Amino acid sequence: MYKYDNIDQTLVNQRVAQFRGQTQRFLAGELSEDEFRPLRLMNGLYVQRHAPMLRVAIPYGMLNSRQVRMLAHIARKYDRGYGHFSTRQNIQYNWPRLEEVPDILADLASVEMHAIQTSGNCVRNTTTDQFAGVAHDELVDPRPYCELIRQWSTFHPEFTFLPRKFKIAVSSSIEDRAATLVHDIGLHVVKNESGEIGVRVMVGGGLGRTPIIGHVIREFLPREELLNYLDAILRVYNLHGRRDNKYKARIKILVKELTPAKFAAEVEAEWAHLKGGEAVVPDQEFVRLESFFEAPAYQHLAAVDAGFERKQLEDRGFARWVEQNTFAHRVPGYRAVTLSLKPYGGIPPGDITDAQLDAVADLADRFSFGEVRVSHEQNLILSDVKQSELFAVWQEARKLGFATPNIGLLTNIIACPGGDFCSLANARSLPIAAAIQERFEDLDYVHDLGPIDLNISGCINACGHHHVGHIGILGVDKDNNEFYQVTLGGSQGNNASLGKVIGPSFSAAEIAPAVERIIEAFVEQRHEDEAFIDTIRRVGIDPFKTRAYDKPELKVA
Amino acid sequence: MANIILNGAVVPNTWTLVEANSDTPIADYSIVPLATWLAIREDAAHAGKHIGVWLAPADDPAELAEDVARLPLIAVQFPAFTDGRGYSIGRLLRERFGFKGEMRAIGDVGRDHLFNLFHCGFNAFEIKASQRAEDAIAGLKDFSDNYQSTAQSKQPVYRRRVHAQTPDSWATISSPS
Repeated sequence: MYKYDNIDQTLVNQRVAQFRGQTQRFLAGELSEDEFRPLRLMNGLYVQRHAPMLRVAIPYGMLNSRQVRMLAHIARKYDRGYGHFSTRQNIQYNWPRLEEVPDILADLASVEMHAIQTSGNCVRNTTTDQFAGVAHDELVDPRPYCELIRQWSTFHPEFTFLPRKFKIAVSSSIEDRAATLVHDIGLHVVKNESGEIGVRVMVGGGLGRTPIIGHVIREFLPREELLNYLDAILRVYNLHGRRDNKYKARIKILVKELTPAKFAAEVEAEWAHLKGGEAVVPDQEFVRLESFFEAPAYQHLAAVDAGFERKQLEDRGFARWVEQNTFAHRVPGYRAVTLSLKPYGGIPPGDITDAQLDAVADLADRFSFGEVRVSHEQNLILSDVKQSELFAVWQEARKLGFATPNIGLLTNIIACPGGDFCSLANARSLPIAAAIQERFEDLDYVHDLGPIDLNISGCINACGHHHVGHIGILGVDKDNNEFYQVTLGGSQGNNASLGKVIGPSFSAAEIAPAVERIIEAFVEQRHEDEAFIDTIRRVGIDPFKTRAYDKPELKVA
Repeated sequence: MANIILNGAVVPNTWTLVEANSDTPIADYSIVPLATWLAIREDAAHAGKHIGVWLAPADDPAELAEDVARLPLIAVQFPAFTDGRGYSIGRLLRERFGFKGEMRAIGDVGRDHLFNLFHCGFNAFEIKASQRAEDAIAGLKDFSDNYQSTAQSKQPVYRRRVHAQTPDSWATISSPS
């Protein structure tokens, strides 16, 4: 993991002091609400429905066990004993007191953490593949690039007041697990024919009100030019992005209005001035950054552990969990484990208590070199577990309620906090997630359905990534009532696509039964083991649509 | 009414801003809108005067590329501090067009923006009326370093790290005061 040096630590400490001063000036009436708002947002502090909400950055989703224990401590001391992992690999606290936020930031700084730029119209936390460094299909470890971008984007003097928020994702594997095509900038770390490392640059993807898939503007950028090129993109956006309408202010609108080709030409022209200048990243810095992400002390193990194989034959529950919740590792004898934060029983997706956080830290220390990752699907990952220890991890995970074998399946629902917490939301997300899970309690059935992504957003801002869910649900407001629009056929990854709206929205009572009928239609249309998304792509959305609006429960109600 | 910070010190304001579309006569030490400047730049009637130019966020700083050597002052307007275009304009004026004179941030400018403005090349700040320049000046020292290559510290942290012998030998940036 990356380790702060003097400079990193000093800057984070100075940020705490700066925000403490700003908070004091606000409380003393020296800063107005309007003046304070952008300053607190850039420290992750929102004012929400019930209380402030603090969003803590987890750069590219990496945590060590000491940091996880600090997150538990914060939940206990300053909040109501829990936190919520978001789709941006961050953690949010829903009940901090404004006066105490500087103290929370100081506690975070003591373990090399912060809440810098987790909100506001600036460059946000850079995200990547939750299996970075261990994935079997990875070309280059993307994390050194993420750390370079984290530092470049932190307090960038020129780009603190952009037209709108700005999100960057990095990936370097065959399967894109970082949703790079729906980011303001998506970067793929690649190698050219001579084996040199560079970056494929995509811009203008995004969800929200106007979902768009990103466009490649440069196939191969030498890695030493990465920051010059990012400066060029951001400068074109900063100067020319729309500021008259916040719904048209994201870079995707500028790219669309100019056309991707013209936007690319402007970036290249700007880059021509910067190329080869002081911001070139020397090779030694890449070497330095890479040194923090070197492989831990793996043991030389057989590719298959006999005891592990036997346990799977003996225990069907364990076998199913291994199949769904563990992931192939590039090192023989190891697997990556996903702890599912999507249990049944109405617990909001991504929520975790202080005691569970402490327990996860202990698991990481015992089984996975003391490291934990957060996925954008709101789960936690132990990335380096020996096959021979998976059974023990499974048993511990079951005690914690983190062993629901539903990763990649229908009940691994992505959901934003929705109207229960968020002041932007039009409708609640969490009760809908719970109602859907309740209808699919039979794990064997869910397993037989195969991979299905169901994503819920409580409003058009799309924090729940509903456009790229195979089934997407969007909360809308109709005359002060909560309604839900359904999209089908979205997907993330290499073949990213945006879902299509199937028709009029459903009421809160109708939505879970409608999902159930869509699944029934799938079972009827499906060819053998065909995946849900493939069936939709083959037959189109009409059979699903017809079935969804065939509403028997209305007659009963 | 001194609410100007120049080169790290509070100083009296010696310039007068001429608003856009105003018919105020152009006196010595006037800061005129870009359009006005483009109309009078070759006008012999103003040749002996000290004239500065101010840019609105949508103005293109390239329009001043030929004039940077003769202009004593360029001001950049921030109608709201959340409009960040002026930061890029500042860097372009300093780094691309080589402006060496007084570069002043005007408008909604206060303590919490000075550090970033300074690193985008501004050396003068007209502090908004709700704050005292004597207090706001502390904002120039919010941070002791930058990760990036900026208008003030060309060498980014990652280039200095490579040359560093010990952690304590990291160069500090040129201090604003």
